[in-house]
Amino acid sequence: MRLTCPLCGPRDRREFYYSGTEDYLNRPPEGASIEAWDDMLHLRTNPAGVTKDLWYHETGCGSWLLVTRNTVTHAVLATELVAARKGGAA
Amino acid sequence: MRYSGWKVITEGLLGNTGWGRAWRDPAPKAEYDAIVIGGGGHGLATAYYLAKNHGLTNIAVLEKGYLGSGNIGRNTTIVRANYFLPGNSEFYSHSLKLWEKLEGELNYNVMHSQRGHIILFHSDGQRDAAVRRGNAIVNQGDDAELLSVAQLKDMLPYLDYNQTRFPIYGGLIQRRAGTARHDAVAWGYARAADKLGVDLIQNCEVTGIDTVDGKVVGVQTTRGPIRAKKVGMVVAGRSSQVAAMAGMRLPIESHVLQAFVTEGLKPVIDHVVSYGMGHFYISQSDKGGLVFGGDIDMYSSYASRGNLPMVEHVMEAGMTLMPMLARARVLRSWGGIMDMTPDGSPIIDKTHIDGLFVDAGWNYGGFKAAPASGWCMAHLMATGQSHEVARRFRLDRFRTGHVMDEEGTGSQHNLH
Amino acid sequence: MRIAGKGLIDRTKPVTFTFDGKTYSGFQGDTLASALMANGVRLVGRSFKYHRPRGILTAGPEEPNAMVEVLDGGSQSPNTRATVQEIYDGMAAQSQNRWPSLRYDLLSINDLAAPFLSAGFYYKTFMWPRAFWEALYEPIIRRAAGLGRLKRQIETASYEKAFAFCDLLVIGSGPAGLMAALTAARAGADVILAEQDSLMGGRLLSDGGTLGAPWVEATLTELRALPNVRLMPRTTVVGAYDQGTYAALERVGLHRPAAPHLPRECFWRIVAGQAILATGALERPIAFENNDRPGIMLASAALSYLNRFGVVPGQKVTLFANNDNARHAARQLMAAGVQVAAILDSRADASAVEDCPVYLGAAVTDTKGRHGLTQISGTHAGGDFKIDTDCLLMSGGWNPLVNIACHQNARPTWREDIAAFVPQAGMVPGLHAAGSANGAFSTHAALREGADAAVMALDAMGRSAKAPDLPQAEDAPYRLQHLWAVPAKGRAWLDFANDVTVKDVKLAAQEGYTSVEHMKRYTTQGMAPDQGKNSNVSALAVLADATGRGIAETGTTTFRAPFTPVSIGAMGAGGQGAGFAPQRFMTSDQASRDRGAPMIEAGLWYRPSYFPKPGETTWRQSCDREVLMVRSSVGVADVSTLGKIDIQGPDAARFLDFVYTNTFSTLPVGRVRYGLMLREDGFVLDDGTTARLGENHYLMTTTTAAAGQVMRHLDFVHQAYCPTWQVRFISVTESWAQFAVAGPLAKMLLNALLDERIEDFPFMTHAEVSVEGVKARLFRISFSGEEGYEIAVPTAYGEALFRDLLAKAETLGGGAYGMEALNVMRIEKGFITHAEIHGRITAFDIGMAKMVASKKDCIGKAASQRPGLHGPEREQLVGLRPVTKTEIGAGAHLFNPADKVERVNDQGYVTSVCWSPVFESYLGLAFLKDGRARHGQRVRLVDHMRKTDVLCEVTDPVFLDPEGAKLRA
Repeated sequence: MRLTCPLCGPRDRREFYYSGTEDYLNRPPEGASIEAWDDMLHLRTNPAGVTKDLWYHETGCGSWLLVTRNTVTHAVLATELVAARKGGAA
Repeated sequence: MRYSGWKVITEGLLGNTGWGRAWRDPAPKAEYDAIVIGGGGHGLATAYYLAKNHGLTNIAVLEKGYLGSGNIGRNTTIVRANYFLPGNSEFYSHSLKLWEKLEGELNYNVMHSQRGHIILFHSDGQRDAAVRRGNAIVNQGDDAELLSVAQLKDMLPYLDYNQTRFPIYGGLIQRRAGTARHDAVAWGYARAADKLGVDLIQNCEVTGIDTVDGKVVGVQTTRGPIRAKKVGMVVAGRSSQVAAMAGMRLPIESHVLQAFVTEGLKPVIDHVVSYGMGHFYISQSDKGGLVFGGDIDMYSSYASRGNLPMVEHVMEAGMTLMPMLARARVLRSWGGIMDMTPDGSPIIDKTHIDGLFVDAGWNYGGFKAAPASGWCMAHLMATGQSHEVARRFRLDRFRTGHVMDEEGTGSQHNLH
Repeated sequence: MRIAGKGLIDRTKPVTFTFDGKTYSGFQGDTLASALMANGVRLVGRSFKYHRPRGILTAGPEEPNAMVEVLDGGSQSPNTRATVQEIYDGMAAQSQNRWPSLRYDLLSINDLAAPFLSAGFYYKTFMWPRAFWEALYEPIIRRAAGLGRLKRQIETASYEKAFAFCDLLVIGSGPAGLMAALTAARAGADVILAEQDSLMGGRLLSDGGTLGAPWVEATLTELRALPNVRLMPRTTVVGAYDQGTYAALERVGLHRPAAPHLPRECFWRIVAGQAILATGALERPIAFENNDRPGIMLASAALSYLNRFGVVPGQKVTLFANNDNARHAARQLMAAGVQVAAILDSRADASAVEDCPVYLGAAVTDTKGRHGLTQISGTHAGGDFKIDTDCLLMSGGWNPLVNIACHQNARPTWREDIAAFVPQAGMVPGLHAAGSANGAFSTHAALREGADAAVMALDAMGRSAKAPDLPQAEDAPYRLQHLWAVPAKGRAWLDFANDVTVKDVKLAAQEGYTSVEHMKRYTTQGMAPDQGKNSNVSALAVLADATGRGIAETGTTTFRAPFTPVSIGAMGAGGQGAGFAPQRFMTSDQASRDRGAPMIEAGLWYRPSYFPKPGETTWRQSCDREVLMVRSSVGVADVSTLGKIDIQGPDAARFLDFVYTNTFSTLPVGRVRYGLMLREDGFVLDDGTTARLGENHYLMTTTTAAAGQVMRHLDFVHQAYCPTWQVRFISVTESWAQFAVAGPLAKMLLNALLDERIEDFPFMTHAEVSVEGVKARLFRISFSGEEGYEIAVPTAYGEALFRDLLAKAETLGGGAYGMEALNVMRIEKGFITHAEIHGRITAFDIGMAKMVASKKDCIGKAASQRPGLHGPEREQLVGLRPVTKTEIGAGAHLFNPADKVERVNDQGYVTSVCWSPVFESYLGLAFLKDGRARHGQRVRLVDHMRKTDVLCEVTDPVFLDPEGAKLRA
C-alpha cells in the first residue's frame, strides 16, 4: 500500500501512522454538548466505500494528511495536507 | 440424527450413505417471532440460545452469504478468559464455561482444546501488568499462573532466550485457555439451532429495517420482506451498514486483521503463545498448520485482505521470538473485518428503536466470545433485560465515559 | 530413464545427492524429482491422511505429492517440493510423514480404515468422555497429522528482504511473458521479468514445440543486453497488494551447496507501475479410482521431464486425456523411443492417428500397483480392458493460473468453451493477463497477447510501444470434453495432498455443506500445500454436479496470497535476534557498562539498572546503597531518554495552554512548570516539565514512553486545530544528553564542574550555564524528592560530562544511580510514571482535577468532564504500606479486610512497589476506590500470582518530605 504525500511524493505505507477518520477534525467548540463530543470521538459512519481519514507522515515530513480512500478496494483517491485544507484554520 | 463414534462406524460400514443434512435449507416465512441478522458464530449462537434457553423457536437467522462466512471462519481460533477489567472478566469467564460444555451441548465436535495460553512478558513493568491481570483472572474464579523463565524453557524450549530483542522475563499461563476448530463452531451451532426449529436462511441479505412509531416491525431482504417484532443485528464488521438502515451511527470503525497458516507440520508448538512486544500469537492446529497473527493493518477497511507491512512485521516478530519458524512456509494469509470500538470492548444492548438490538464491537476478540455473546444476546432479545455478565456492554458508555479500555489506548478505534 | 540428446541439463556436470540415505547421481540443472525419476525412483512420499504411497504428479511448484525434508548443516526444511528443489553436490533429502520407513509406513493402516475416515468424521465423534479429547484423542490426531518436521532449533541461515521499483513487472517468462517483456523493453520501459523457474522460457522449454529453446535464448540475449531490463529467475511473484505492490520470493542459496555469503532466500517488494500476468496454465488431473499411485502423472509433466530434463517417467506409458493437446505427450514420448501402450481418449469423436492402440470414448476405471503403477483398467464402447503399464499420463484440460489476479477479491469468470476460469480486466488495478493465464492456450495466441498486453500497459502509463513481429508458432485450437471424474465405486482423488476424494465432496453436498466454501472447509479440499491448484476446479465441478447447479453458479473459493508458500524466514528477514526493533543507546551507555551496570530495556532504549560495587551480590544491595547515597550525598543519573521538544513562536505560549491542562502562558521566562496533558477523550496522556527559555521559546519534556506519541499529538493539534498559529516545534531528544544530579551535595558537585558557580538557583528555575567550556542548560527539577538538577549538554559532550560528573561525585561520597534506585526514590516521593498513567487514568484519579484549568479550553477538557471519569466509584491514587515487613508486589489487588476475595469485592490494585531503605519498609502506590477518603484505613492486599496476602495501611501517595522542604532546599 502506498500514499502520496503532497510534500514528499509517493511513499510506502510504512512511513505513515493512521489515526482514524476525518471526524477528529470536527472539534466541537467550548461548551458543546456531550453528544457533539460523542460524535467526534466515537461515532462513525464507517462507510464501505469512499471515506476520508487522517494519516501522519511520521517518518517523513511530519505532516498530517487527509486521505480520500475507498475502504473496499483500497484505492487512494486524493491526499491533502490537513493544515492546508479549506476552513481548517481555527 | 445424533453423532457418535458408533454412528461413524455403522455409517462407514454402510458406505456413508445415511448421513442426513446438517441443517435444512428453508425458504423464509413471511413472519417470525424474532430475526437474527447475521449467520456467523455470534448470530448462530444467539439463535441457538433463543431457542434452547428461551423457547423461542419460530425464529430465523438471515445470512447474506453462507453460514459462518464471516469472522467465525477467519480467525486464529484462540479461546481464553484472561481479561482483567470488570465487565469483560465476568463475560469471558462465562464464555469459557460454555466452551467447556460445547461439544456435549451441540453434539458436534468443535475440537475445543484446552492446551494453555501463555502471555510472555519482557520487563518488570510488564510482569507487574501480567500479575495484575493474573490476579484479576483468579479473583473472577478462573485460572492463571505466573511462569518463571525456567518453567518457560521447559514448556517452550524453542523460544530464543538469548538473542531475542526483548528478553523474556516470564509468562502468564491460563491452562484452561486454548483453541477450537473455528468452522465447526458455526456448523455446530447451526445444526443444533436447526434441530430446535430455527430457520437458517442463507443467501438472504437484509436491505432494510422496517420500523413504525419507533418500533421494529420487520426487515427487507433480497428474498422479500419478513416481519418480526424483534430483530437482532449480529453482523460484526458490517454492523455500521446494517445499523445505518435503522438510522444509527455506531461507535465502530471496521478494520482488517490478517492471519496466517503454514503448511502442515508434525507437532512442534503445543500451546498458544502470545508475544506482546511484537503483537504476535501462534498455535498449531490439529491438522498441523501453524496458525498465527498479529495486529490489525491499522487503516479502516472492508477488503478482507491486508498489506505487506503488517505481514512482514508479524513474520519478523516470529523470527525474533522463535527462530525455528524460519523453515516453516506460510501457506495462506487471510483477512477478517474487525468491528473496532473506541475502548476495545463490545456492545450488547438495546437501541433507540423498540425491538431492535445490537451485538457488535468485538474488535478482534470475537471468536472466544461467540458462546457468551449468543447467550447474552438471546437473553436480551428474549427478556428485554441485559444479562448479568453483559450489563456493562452498553451502547451509551462512550458518551458517559464508563469505558472498558483494556489496552489503555483511548478513543481511537484502531488502537484496541 | 534418461533419453540421450534431450533436456537442458548439463551432462558434463554430474551431481551426487542422497534420498532417504541412499546415494544417487544426477546432473546440474536437475530437480530432485527429475533426478529421482532418472534413477528409477517412483515412490517419493506418503499422503496426508491415508498415508498412501505417492510419486511425482507434476513438474512444478504445485506438486502435491513429492514433498521431502531437505537436510543441511544440522537443519532441515520440511515440505520441500522435489519438483522445484534443484539438486547440488552433497544435497541430502529424506521422505516425510512416514514411520518407520517410506516403503513400510505403519499409518498406512488408515487406508484400510478409510470408510470410517470420511469427510468431517472427526466432527461427529471423539466427544465422549469429554476429558479424553485433550488426554487421548487430540494427541493421537496431532501426531498422525502434519507433514514434514520442523526442528526446534535456532535458525542459523540468513534471509534477506529488498525493494524494487519498475515501470512494468512481467510475471512469468513463457511466450506471453517474454513477448511482453520484449515489447516493453524495446519501448524503453523499466522492466522486471520474474520467473519462478531456474530457467526462463516457461513452457517453451518443455512442450517440445517448434518455437523452443533457441528462440527463448535469442530473446533473452536481447533482453539481457538492455540496461532497462532486470531478469529475475527463481523468483516467484506470490502476491498482489495495493498500489502496484507485488511480493516475490527469490531462491538465492537454496540450490547451492553451503554458500554462507548468500541468503537462502530474498523476499522482494516490487512496486510496479503496471504488471502483466503471464503465469500460464496448469494441467488438471482426472478423478478416477486409485488415480493417485506412483507412476500416474500429468501429461504436461511428462513432457517437461522429457524435454527439459531428458528423462522419461516410465518404460511403458499410457495416456488418458479429454483433449487434443495432451496427445502431444504420447507422440513425443514415442518419438523419443518410449513405448506407449495405449491412449485412452474420453472423446468418442477424437482422432486416432498415433501409432499405438487408441481407445476412443474411453476411461480409466481403476489402477493397480501398491508402490508404483503396474496396470490400469479401462472401459470403452467395446467393453472393459486391462493394460500393463508403469506410467499413466493424464490430462483433464487446463486451468489458467488466475490466482494473482484474484488476490484482491475479484472472482474469475467461467468460460464454458474451455471449461476454465479466466481473469477479467481490472481485477487488480494495472494488472493485465496474457496468454494461457488468460485462457489463450496456443503459443501464437500467447505471443500475441503478451505483446498486446505490454502495449496496453505502457499506454496506461502514457507511453507508447509497438508490438514486435511475432515469430511463427503453433496456433492449434484447444478442443476438450468436460470430464472431471470417472464414475467409481472406490475412491477417486481430487485433492491428492489432503486425500480428498470425489466421495468426500459428494458427502459434503449430501450433508448440506453445499456452498463451495462449506465444501472446502468440511472436506479440507484445497487447504493442502498446493492450495488446491490441482483440485479446486475439479472439486467444484463435482460439487456443482452433486448439487445440480452450474459451475459458474457454484463459484470459486477465495484466492489468497501467497501464490506459493513462502518461508517465514524470508518474510521475516532481519527480524531474528536483536533485528526486530531498533536499539537506542544513551551517550553514557558505554560508561555505564564499564561500571558493570546491567542494561535493561526501556522501550527501545537501554538504561542502567544499577551500578554494582564490589561485595554487592544482589541488585537490592546496590539499589539500597544508591538510594541512601542520593539521599545523603549526591547521585548522577542519565535521563536523556525523556522526550524533549523545542517549541518556538509568538503563539507558543497559547499553544501550550491548549495542549496542557494547566497554564503556561503565565510562566515567567526562566521558570519551569509541571504540566499535565490529556488525550482528547479526557484521560491522561502524559506529564512532564516544560521550561520557558524565552518569551517565545519553550522546552517541553515528555516521559520516555510517550515521547513519540506526544510529538504526533502536538503535530496533530497544531495542523488540525490551529494551523495559522505561529508556532513550530521539533524533537530534540537526540540532540541533548541530560543528567540528573540529585542529593544534598548536588549543588556542590555542579559547582565543581560549572565554569561559573551557581548560588541561588531556586526550585523550578533554569538557566544557561557553561560546563567545562561547553554551553549547557541547567534545570532545577527533581524526580527524587531531593534537591535536584538536570544538566543538559549537546549529545557530543554527553559521555564526557557523565564521566566527569561521576568522577567528581565519587570524591563527594556520591556516584551513579540506576533505574532501580530512581524508581524507589520516585515512589518514596509519590511521583507517578506510566505504571500509574497507563491510559485508563484521569486527572481526578491522580488528584490533579484542579490542574484542569477552568478558565481556558484545552485538549481533553470537555471529555474529562464526562460522569464516568469522576466520582467515588473510581479508583484513586494512594500510598500503601504493609503493616508487617512482608514483601508486596505490583499487580496485587486490594480488598476490604472483611470481604471475600472475589472480583465483585475488588477495591483496586497496586501499580508500583519498592523496598524503601529510608523507611525500612515496602511501599506501594495503588489505585483504590474512593482512596483519598481512606487514608489511615487498612486494606487487604492479595496477590495470587506471588502468593502474598497482607494487610496494608492506606496513606497519602507522598511518603517522603510531603512539605517539599528537601526539594526546595
